[in-house]
Amino acid sequence: MRPIPNIMLEIKDLHASINGKEILKGLSLTVHPGEIHAIMGPNGAGKSTLSSVLTGNPAFEVTHGKVSFYGKDLLELPPEDRACEGIFLSFQYPVEIPGVSMVNFMRTAINEHRKYNNLPPLSATDFLRVMREKKELVEMDNKLTNRSVNEGFSGGEKKRNEIFQMAMLEPRLSILDETDSGLDIDALRIVANGVNKLKSPENASIVITHYQRLLDYIIPDFVHVLYDGRIVKSGTKELALELEKKGYDWIKQEVDKK
Amino acid sequence: MEEQYINLYQQYQEQIKGHAASVMNESRDASFGLFEELGFPTSKLENYKYTDLTEPLSIEYGLNLNRLKIPVNPYEVFKCDVPGIHSYLYFVLNDGFYPVHDHHNDELPKGVIIGSLKDVAESHPELVKAYYGKMSLGKKDGLIAFNGAFAQDGFFMYVPEDVILDRPVQLVNIMRSDVDFMANSHNLIILEKGAKAQLLVCDHTMDDVRFVTNRVTEVFVDENASYEHYKLENTHIKTTNLSTLLIDQKTSSNVLANVITLHNGVTRNTIEIDVDGEHCETLLCGMVIGDKKQQVDNFTSIIHNKPNSHSTELFKYVLDDRSKGGFTGKLYVARDSQKTQAYQTNKNILMNKTAKMRTKPQLEIYADDVKCSHGATIGQLDESAMFYMRQRGIPEKEAKLLLMFAFTADVTENIRIDALKDRIKMLVEKRLRGELSKCEGCVICQ
Ligand SMILES: Nc1ncnc2c1ncn2[C@@H]1O[C@H](COP(=O)(O)OP(=O)(O)OP(=O)(O)O)[C@@H](O)[C@H]1O
Ligand SMILES: [Mg+2]
Repeated sequence: MRPIPNIMLEIKDLHASINGKEILKGLSLTVHPGEIHAIMGPNGAGKSTLSSVLTGNPAFEVTHGKVSFYGKDLLELPPEDRACEGIFLSFQYPVEIPGVSMVNFMRTAINEHRKYNNLPPLSATDFLRVMREKKELVEMDNKLTNRSVNEGFSGGEKKRNEIFQMAMLEPRLSILDETDSGLDIDALRIVANGVNKLKSPENASIVITHYQRLLDYIIPDFVHVLYDGRIVKSGTKELALELEKKGYDWIKQEVDKK
Repeated sequence: MEEQYINLYQQYQEQIKGHAASVMNESRDASFGLFEELGFPTSKLENYKYTDLTEPLSIEYGLNLNRLKIPVNPYEVFKCDVPGIHSYLYFVLNDGFYPVHDHHNDELPKGVIIGSLKDVAESHPELVKAYYGKMSLGKKDGLIAFNGAFAQDGFFMYVPEDVILDRPVQLVNIMRSDVDFMANSHNLIILEKGAKAQLLVCDHTMDDVRFVTNRVTEVFVDENASYEHYKLENTHIKTTNLSTLLIDQKTSSNVLANVITLHNGVTRNTIEIDVDGEHCETLLCGMVIGDKKQQVDNFTSIIHNKPNSHSTELFKYVLDDRSKGGFTGKLYVARDSQKTQAYQTNKNILMNKTAKMRTKPQLEIYADDVKCSHGATIGQLDESAMFYMRQRGIPEKEAKLLLMFAFTADVTENIRIDALKDRIKMLVEKRLRGELSKCEGCVICQ
């Protein structure tokens, strides 16, 4: 008998706005451990807004609705606590931080996670060992980890760096916001492999993408269409294929008819 | 305000001169006359727009014109250990050079003279006479004129031709007094052709009284010589530091000046570098970390009098609370100074709305074949970088700290003594964390 799956993330009727403009207009979504959810949808639909709101970006204001993570009210927590609870965002546009070295950044991040979970800081040797292992996992060049965070990284290198950080931090829920865009075929495979290797029955992912291609590597349990601030259609991986063929117009029409 | 000092001079000039060397006395009356004419600078003057001395100069300060001994031995109380930096250590206590009791003067390379300006002016009058006041005397600046009238002593360093000082020299200015106190001192530094020296100047305060320091430093860097000047200001909030650094560079010389204000009350640094030769390299850097009601004004000028030289200027400020910063970057390129390359950058971060920064590039370029640029920015910490770090679990406070530390990194990178670089980075980090950033083991600079 399968145990009743406990709920990892529950989003209920979420409304959020930026600069007074409403972007999310009543979005609901439930994620259980072990699941992979793909979110697709036209440009400007609110996909990145959703990831920003879930991770607590102060630029956005939640005007209505509830989000809970393992029963905890997520919206109450500052971004750093959400991160330490195990929510990781692979940014659509990773930020360059000149002057802050990757090593220092990662060490600080890991040790803050550990502190949050009442663990002692990693020793220097353990930290370097973990760094090396995870770098291998995503086939990341040493040159990159020796530089400042994302500074001067190419688009693809930045995306790979996001997955490297994810591997380092071992989140329970990872949100990949268009991690596939800008990646060449080889990099796509490596990144997808990285994601798959980190997959476990306890972890879940929300994969935001425009392309069916990624979903050949990362096989989703559910595919959702986000349009105009709401999830307007959900299905299985076949929905992604259908979208790839037919585009979004038929969905838009369906929605607009209502 | 000037009145009391004018009376003081008129009344005590015999004592002032009696306790000073004749080389310095020769120009004393002229300096005094100039001060009578100019008075203390006010923020109405173009060059002092960002410095307001009204309040600090309204207080009555004691001066030690009779050179009474101050009962403290800095060599005993001061343990400024920059680990790994083995320096030649000297003190100016208030306004006078503290007699060297260490034996390390014997260890100085042959021909090098380091000591009290007053003493050397008596023992080597010709040497001092050839340089003293050559840059400072007659300058239309009330503080420099005041210094010329009242300064009786200071730090002296002479490095003869082709001599390389094997260790950095450290000069610690210590203020120690039971009453509000003013100190004037004059430092004279001479590097002959091909000589090399590194000087680290630290400012410290010992007592919880009001202090004014008015120090003028002249540095002569002859052909092919190389000079590094680091200034680390770590004084208490009741201190007003008025400092003038004048550097003269001859052909193919190399100068690095790095001026760091970690903690202070009111600071005015006037820095002037005369590039008076071809193929010179000049790097002028500075950094300010200000909070509470601190005020820091760096007034800098780099003057290219000859062609084919390069200068780079970089100043960074992090200002919090109600602190105020000022920066002026004067760049003068004379008509015949072709192929000059001069780059100037001033970047500032304001941590809140009450902190204020005023910055002014002032370029006067009369040559046509030059490469010059300047850029100034005043901004906040990068919001998107802040969020990115917080998303990785780094708390807001820590993320801010990392960003501020990164912001100041290119100034601290321009410290060419590794041990000192590490130490200053550590002090900067402590300062940014809001901890007391006094040097560890330094028992007196709280
Ligand atoms: N700072 C802002 N000010 C005003 N509008 C904004 C701001 N940021 C985002 N928006 C708007 O919010 C809407 C949703 O943007 P969002 O980035 O969430 O879209 P998306 O679904 O991720 O699109 P894409 O597929 O192009 O990445 C867009 O119309 C966008 O212009
Ligand atoms: Mg997006």
